[in-house]
Order: sequence, then structure tokens, then C-alpha cells
Amino acid sequence: MLYSDTVEANKLVHKPWFAVIIFAVSFALFFSLDLSGSIFGELMRPVIGEPADSGLYGRFAVALVLAVIFVFNIVLVGFLPLAAQVGVVWFELLVLFLSFFYTFNLSLSFIASKLPFMITQGVFTTLYVSAISIFIASFIAIIGAVAKLSNNGFAYAIASFYTSFFRGLPLLMQVYLIYLGLPQLGFIVDAVPAGVMALSLCYGAYMTEIFRAGIQSINRGQWEAARSMGFGFSLTMRRIILPQALPVIIPPTGNQFIAMLKDSSLVSVIGVWELMFLARTLGQKTFQHMEMLISAAIIYWMLSICLELIQSRIERHYNRRTAR
Amino acid sequence: MREAIIDARGVSKWYGSFQALKDVNLTVHKGERIVVCGPSGSGKSTMIRCFNRLEAHQEGEITVRGVRLHDKMENIAKVRTNIGMLFQDFNLFPHMTVLMNCMAGPMWVKGIAEAQALETAMKFLERVKIPEQAHKFPGQLSGGQQQRVAIARSLCMEPEVMLFDEPTSSLDPEMVSEVLETMTSLARDGMTMVCVTHEMGFARAVADRVIFMDFGQIIEEAPPKEFFENPKHERTKLFLSQILQH
Repeated sequence: MLYSDTVEANKLVHKPWFAVIIFAVSFALFFSLDLSGSIFGELMRPVIGEPADSGLYGRFAVALVLAVIFVFNIVLVGFLPLAAQVGVVWFELLVLFLSFFYTFNLSLSFIASKLPFMITQGVFTTLYVSAISIFIASFIAIIGAVAKLSNNGFAYAIASFYTSFFRGLPLLMQVYLIYLGLPQLGFIVDAVPAGVMALSLCYGAYMTEIFRAGIQSINRGQWEAARSMGFGFSLTMRRIILPQALPVIIPPTGNQFIAMLKDSSLVSVIGVWELMFLARTLGQKTFQHMEMLISAAIIYWMLSICLELIQSRIERHYNRRTAR
Repeated sequence: MREAIIDARGVSKWYGSFQALKDVNLTVHKGERIVVCGPSGSGKSTMIRCFNRLEAHQEGEITVRGVRLHDKMENIAKVRTNIGMLFQDFNLFPHMTVLMNCMAGPMWVKGIAEAQALETAMKFLERVKIPEQAHKFPGQLSGGQQQRVAIARSLCMEPEVMLFDEPTSSLDPEMVSEVLETMTSLARDGMTMVCVTHEMGFARAVADRVIFMDFGQIIEEAPPKEFFENPKHERTKLFLSQILQH
């Protein structure tokens, strides 16, 4: 959290001018959208009569009621304590979101029939492809970071060429290049290994920079103390520098893992049966694309939330250990 | 003459075009206690950091126990384990307990068995009078305690000579004395020491020789009594009048 002052001035949402502005803006928005034909029009039928025939009056009435409710909601939520505010706002946004999907008239039975397969095949593949890739990427990143920090010209040149190339190309292109390019050289790779290779190389390049920054964040006094006791390079790195760099490295690495989870959808283009691939193909036969895409989206989101929770757990663990 | 441990002959060092050391000659004999003083930027720290080759010198020759220090040497670790070094900012390893800080060097560098390293570590923690803090992390200790742990960590390597790079400069005044006491008792036990410090009381009490440096050169070199009561050079007189007037 940002640094907050101990003095709390009046809350913005409780200032009259702010409430008036919110009211004016939301009223103008609702009025211009003409919501008398929507579900809100139906709800206000006793007041405005047949929504379709209510005309300007109906449009005005619906916009007014919605704007008033909206402003009241904001002002009331402003009175809640912080944790409750977060919960209520999350809940309201979620309801709005779901009602947006609800208007698509999705066939829930179709989703239910396909969901088990999406999870056992799709989620499973997505997770293991991402997990293997992040593991290999971390390994590449350590070597790359050390090489980039070394005085050895060859190591530096190779490492910087690698990071430059793989950060500079779209991941989708790397997937194609590896899957279609390697067979030209005589190596025929299956879709899954090719996908894992592309993800590892690409994320390894990004993570090289994360690891490098983490290693550089350690005070040079630590190197000097270790060196003055006769520690060699690799011993200093393993025992002194990396253990201290980990708390710096882990948060952005968690971020990379979440990003990779979603970028693993790109390997669907070479026919790996992961979540995105199934989302595109399962609905094709019956033209129920929306059902599958939305379920896959929700699954991706839930997986990301799980990873975020795990990440904050690990961060807390390291914070406790280094607490002063 | 007693045997020499560190021998510097005509040592010069440059940072870019700035000359940090100019033709420094100094021999540290076994059992000798040398205090190095001088204004900031005079090359005191640079000089002792050259002695264990944390810094490289460009001209002249430094030998430690007969081994010449140069940039292609393969046994630098062996030289360094024989030279303990204390830093102004302690530089303890914050992710390890005090005990582990003391055991790390003997176990990982010298390959000593854990049980024996533990025994040595406890022995020296008792020596610096903080065995009860053994299982805490460095961040939980006061500055003075941290510096004493750093001394114990150095002693665990059983070095023949110890270099002190302004060991009390970043300490609160009331913690300076506990560190100086530890250093004095080390000196009494015959440890060979080179101390860069501004603690003139310490110099008077334990030093065999006091060295005054300015502009990268050794200006004056004398036993403490002579150094403080009858300095020869104008620069030394000025420096002493500035730091002793309080």
C-alpha cells in the first residue's frame, strides 16, 4: 500500500460537488444509451407503461432512476470500512459482468456437458505446459543472468544476443519458427515439446533480465565480505547472493508465470490440446463459440487468481524471514 | 627482525587518472599492531584493500607470506583465508543466523566438518562475548554486536593477520567502546593487526606503529608516543590538531 497520511480529510465520495458530478455524468450516459428497451425498462413498466412506446419520458425516467441508484450506491459504499468496501465493489462489478454474459443467452447445459473434458484435457495440458516451461525458463534465466554479468566476452555476447532475439520477436512467431523451422534442419518435434521450447526460450529471455536485476540489487559489500573470506565465484553466488536475491526475484517471476499461463494459449495454433484449443474447437460443430470461449476465459481467470494467492503467500514467507 | 607477513614495495594504484596510492612501502611483521590514520580520501582503505586484493594495484609488488599478489594468481583463496577483514558496514550475511555466519567460511571454504565448525564458532562467539545471540539473525542485533559477530566470523577462519577498515565509523558512540575492547583484547593476545581508524585512544594504547597517510602517500611512520607527542611533518601536526582538539 502507498504511504497514507494519518490525517484523513473528507472523503471524496462524500463531497456534494463530487456526487453531483457523478449524478450528471451517469444520467447523461444512461439517457444517451436509451435503456427503456432493456431489462430496466421492463422493471419500470408500472411507471412508464409499455417500454417501447414510452418515448422520451420513459428514457428520462429510466435514466433518472438508474443515476439516483448509482449515486446512492457510491455514497453508501463510502461509509463502509476498507475491507467491506473492497468486497462490495468486487461483488457489484462481478454481478455487472455476469449479467453482461447473461444477455448472450448462453446454453448452460452445453457448457456443463463440455466442461469436464475442458478441465481434464485442457486445464491439465495448460498447467503442465506452463509449469515445465517456467521451470526451464528459470534455469535459462540464472545462466543468462550470470553470463550477462560476467566479464567473459563470449558469455556476454551469447546471452545478450539471446535476450535481444527472443524478446524482440512475437511469441506467436517463435512458436511457428520452432515448430515449422526445426523440421527443415532434420529435427522433427512434436507439438507439445515445440510449444514448451518456445515458451521456455521466450520467458527465459525476459526472466534473464529479472534475475540480473535481482542479483545486481545485492550490496557489493556482500561480495567483498565473501571474497575476503576466500569464497569463490560459484560459492558466493549459490550461498550468499542468490538466497538474498530470491525475495527480489520472486514477485516478478510470479507475474511471469501468470503471463505464461495465458500465453500458453498461443501454442494452440500448432495443435496442442490445451484450454484455448479446446475452446475454439469444441463449440465449432454447433456454432456455440461464445459458450466455450467464455467458459475458457473464466477458467483462465480462476487459475490466475489461484496463482496470485500462491504468489502472495510466498512473498509473505520471504518478508517474514528477512524482517528486521 | 621478525618475519614479515605482508610486504608492500613501491605500490601505486590509479582510479582512472586519479592516483589513489603513490609508491607505498610498508612491511607488516608477525605480531605487529599497526594503526593507519589520515584524512578521508587519503588512500588508507585502498591500501589495506590491496593487501587481500579486493582492489588491484598497478605498480609495485605486494607479497603475503611470500606469495606475490597479481591478476593471474590461482591460489588467491588460500591467501585470503589467511587474512581476516572487517568492514565499516559489517557486511554480515543477513539471510543466515549469527552462528551460520561464523560456520560458513570454515565449512564451505576450508571443508571443515560441521561439528568442529560449530565448536570453533561457539568458541569465538564467546571470545567476543555474545554466545547467547548465536541463533539470531544479524538484523536483530545492535551495530556493536554485529561488528563483534563480524570479528568472530573472521576469527573462525583462524587468520594470521586481520585488516580493520574503519570498524567503528558507522557505530553509535556508546557502541564504539565494546568493539574497541574486543579489538584491544585481540591485540593483547598477539594478533597481527592493521587498523584503519580515527580512534586515537586505541592507537595510543595498542599500536606498535602509527602510520599517517595523505594524498595516497605514507607521510609519517612512528611509534605512538613519538607520533602523538612529537610529529615531524606539518601535515601530521595539522591533522592531529584537528582531530585531537575536541
